[in-house]
Amino acid sequence: MLSAGPTPHTSLAAWDFALRGPNAPVARWTRDEFQALPHETVTVDIHCVTKWSKFDTVWEGVSVDTLLVEAAAHGVKPAPYVLAVSDGGYTTNLPLADVTGGKAWVAVKFDGASLAPEHGGPARLLVPHLYFWKSAKWLRELRFMERDAAGFWESLGYHNYGDPWREQRYAGDP
Amino acid sequence: MSLASVPIAPRASAITWRFATVAKVVMETPTARTLFLDVPGWPGHRAGQHVDVRLTAEDGYQAERSYSIASAPEDARLALTVERIDDGEVSPYLTDVLRVGDRLELRGPIGGYFVWDNVLSGSLLLVAGGSGIVPLMAMLRHRAAALATADMRARHRVPARLLYSSRRWEDAFYRDELARLVQADGALEVAFTFTREPPEGWTGFRRRIDRMMLAEVAWPPSERPRVFVCGPTPLVEAVAAALVDLGHDPALVKTERFGPTGGSP
Repeated sequence: MLSAGPTPHTSLAAWDFALRGPNAPVARWTRDEFQALPHETVTVDIHCVTKWSKFDTVWEGVSVDTLLVEAAAHGVKPAPYVLAVSDGGYTTNLPLADVTGGKAWVAVKFDGASLAPEHGGPARLLVPHLYFWKSAKWLRELRFMERDAAGFWESLGYHNYGDPWREQRYAGDP
Repeated sequence: MSLASVPIAPRASAITWRFATVAKVVMETPTARTLFLDVPGWPGHRAGQHVDVRLTAEDGYQAERSYSIASAPEDARLALTVERIDDGEVSPYLTDVLRVGDRLELRGPIGGYFVWDNVLSGSLLLVAGGSGIVPLMAMLRHRAAALATADMRARHRVPARLLYSSRRWEDAFYRDELARLVQADGALEVAFTFTREPPEGWTGFRRRIDRMMLAEVAWPPSERPRVFVCGPTPLVEAVAAALVDLGHDPALVKTERFGPTGGSP
């Protein structure tokens, strides 16, 4: 349900990934450079805002903690909020604390296979402790921001934070 | 769609649960029916939005599902058309058990993207699979209501086309009403395709929607039609990809995918 348009098909050759600091410094990886970063395999439960959960899903990707360490060498410093920016124009916003400390990954594999475009490939954000629209498909950039700003779904009525345990589905849910 | 993000609203008001009373029930197909609801305090909706319906069992167990709104914003009653999913937790109650006078809990309207308001905004192409017709029907009903008050010149600027895929003729929703709308409105065209059993003597499409069918039914990409696609995920994926392949601007193609609860990530 939470895909609003045609699935973007980005070729691996054209794909790259960036971390952008609040004052413009950027760390950028080509596909090959990204694949050379240390990857982790994680088994997590995921929760969709349209009422389903899926247990013990297996993903492989690079943790945002790892990316931050690498990006520091390029002068990219984190800020209190993050905007995930994807192909197709999608964005979603998260607090920094929800993507650091072993809580979030840039995933490139699901169940041992490369992520198909309809599942968010080449890479998607994986933030299993929040509703799954926060795990942005077709991810290209994490942009650090000093102030919070609503992303695509959040500006269209979805909850700004999206905690499944508090059922924060829509704007105004407690 | 723009990359610009918008500031957080200071405090959005909650979408509250309300009790709706069933005022009328209409069978649409052997497995789907429309519930016409009176909803005190209903704030109004935009064509394409949905509601969440919540059922509570005697032991307190709750189940919630989303259903698209079938009625136009102009209609007196909120209408939901629900298709029965045989092993579903919610739909069999809505299609088989609920009676006129019964109450159910819902909240909405929900969704701010898959909506169509502006009847003068250009050609409208709707592509539906199965019960994916429901939010698109709200758009056609809204269009009919709005054009009834617009002048004829405006009417000619906003042609609309619907391509609707069903398994069989008996499975297609709103058949009579679609025929009436087409008859009353020279700028509306409706094409059916039947993937299993076309009606006797059918000379139209009899296959899944494909690129060639879309090339035949849709306007050329240069006309920049506004496109809404709704149906099961595989149909929506195929249709949206084919439209982009034909040259339609992805930013003008809005999609709503649905599948059984528990679909893949």
